[in-house]
Amino acid sequence: MRGAPRRASELGRGALVHLTLGGWCVLVLGPILLVLLNSFKTRQGIFDAPLGLPTAETFSMSGYHRVLGNAAVLDMFANSAIVTGVSLVLILLFGAMAAWALTEYGFRGNRLLALFLAFGIMVPIRLGSVAILQEMVALNLTNTLTALVLVYVAQGLPLAVMILSEFIAQVPQELKDAARCDGVGEYRIFFQVVLPLIRPAVATVAVFTMVPIWNDLWFPLILAPSEGTQTITLGVQQFVGQFATDWNAVLAALSLAVLPVLVLYALFSRQLIRGITAGAVK
Amino acid sequence: MKQKFGTHVLVFLAPALAVYTAFSAWPLLATLRLGLYSTDETGATHFAGLANFQRLLTDEHWFGHFRNALANNVEFFAIHTLVQNPVALLLAALLSLRGVRGAAAYRTVMFLPTLLSVVVIGFSWQLILSPLWGVAEKLLGFVGLADHFAPWLGQEDTALPTITLISVWQFVGVPLMLIYAALIAIPEEVIEAAAVEGAGAWRIFWQIRLPLIAPTLGLVNILTFVGNFNAFDLIYAVKGAIAGPNFSTDLLGTFFYRTFFGYQSEVGSATMGAALATLMFLVILAGVGLYFLAIQRRLQRLAS
Repeated sequence: MRGAPRRASELGRGALVHLTLGGWCVLVLGPILLVLLNSFKTRQGIFDAPLGLPTAETFSMSGYHRVLGNAAVLDMFANSAIVTGVSLVLILLFGAMAAWALTEYGFRGNRLLALFLAFGIMVPIRLGSVAILQEMVALNLTNTLTALVLVYVAQGLPLAVMILSEFIAQVPQELKDAARCDGVGEYRIFFQVVLPLIRPAVATVAVFTMVPIWNDLWFPLILAPSEGTQTITLGVQQFVGQFATDWNAVLAALSLAVLPVLVLYALFSRQLIRGITAGAVK
Repeated sequence: MKQKFGTHVLVFLAPALAVYTAFSAWPLLATLRLGLYSTDETGATHFAGLANFQRLLTDEHWFGHFRNALANNVEFFAIHTLVQNPVALLLAALLSLRGVRGAAAYRTVMFLPTLLSVVVIGFSWQLILSPLWGVAEKLLGFVGLADHFAPWLGQEDTALPTITLISVWQFVGVPLMLIYAALIAIPEEVIEAAAVEGAGAWRIFWQIRLPLIAPTLGLVNILTFVGNFNAFDLIYAVKGAIAGPNFSTDLLGTFFYRTFFGYQSEVGSATMGAALATLMFLVILAGVGLYFLAIQRRLQRLAS
């Protein structure tokens, strides 16, 4: 007798919980789906039935043909991939090396150096843009992908060093001592003992640094706006501005920019979210 | 025992320090210094003391734009704080309830927009809110609110709040995840002890969970503050460097861009840009300083 009303109220509470969570998910997915769906429609279909699925009558890939027919788009994807990939490898390698040096070796100025690097976590690198551009002009690096890589490595290092330091500090002392007793050099200890042990942390840092680089608009706009060096984010911005009235092409361009991220996220979302929540708990 | 110093330490440190110093720390200092110089007609720079700052803060034209951008930026941050914290807190609290089915799927979806480019998000919402396409109007029609539709992004008094809400929509996933992680990290015994004492779910949330996740809320808000006060991409994507209508969506970031690169008939100035960057640096430094001061106070109170 007593159980029934309680179960009913619990049921009601559960429904309310799912209604709220589900409602937000609809709000999140709706706009993204809307753009994706309409990118596969004719112009007529886009305007007459924006909320409907593409039908046999309204299905069209003309937007994609127009965007992909533009050879520059593939170059832009390649530029983004190169810049993001090279920056990522350098951030992880240099960051792990510096984190190891700062946590493992006692030397004068150790603390000060850590603080110097930590400063970069809070102060956005964009504020130095005026001097960065002057520097790149002086080095003859404007409109090169190298300029972007250098800036992104400088931008990503502080956070990478901080997170990796925490993990490196947890590597058991005995492992390192044993290696040293065997006469293993410091370089080999780092590359063959420590680095493999902190792989999960490296994956977390990789995601944290990769996304802002891939999505950045500011530095491509300032340092490498020329045709051959545009990244996909800048390219989409310029393309949409230029073809604002060509809705098929605009929707296709936006969808193309979203798709690689969606595919990667579908594959790695579990590890990614575990990395974020675990990182925050620490 | 920490290991001794040797050349290998230098080798480990050198690449990171070199790149960070050359392309982050040094340019920042150089920018702060350049703010004290001015450019003459020939393009040569010479030391000018605080002249640039005087111009930015007293000249009618410059100060008008600066005040407008700063006020808009404060509003941008205020709306973020007011909307993002309650929404993230509510969703995180619901997600962290025991035995919610499909919590992992909800989490996955809710975090998705934060990974997408601000440019793509900005354009997508621009299309959705466009009166030309009429999607937003149609959707409002389903709930009988079609009459309330207006071209929000195009009106001077609604453009900034609308853009801000788009930004909140995209980035609420970050505070959501951080708060969620903090909530599930609270030891079960603490909650059970309170329940045994007779505290209801509501009281447990307000008096136990919320204080325990306060540090996370602090972190979330300082991250938002720093991000907001150098925001640029979204405004530039949706409204261009002019930040219309009539500069109503101008933030310090877009003002900085125009000052540095120029727009329409105005010529850009590296030195004025540097001075403005210095002011932005001071604003961010003040916020971060305040945050660390508050944290230190808290820690001291806990220690005593």
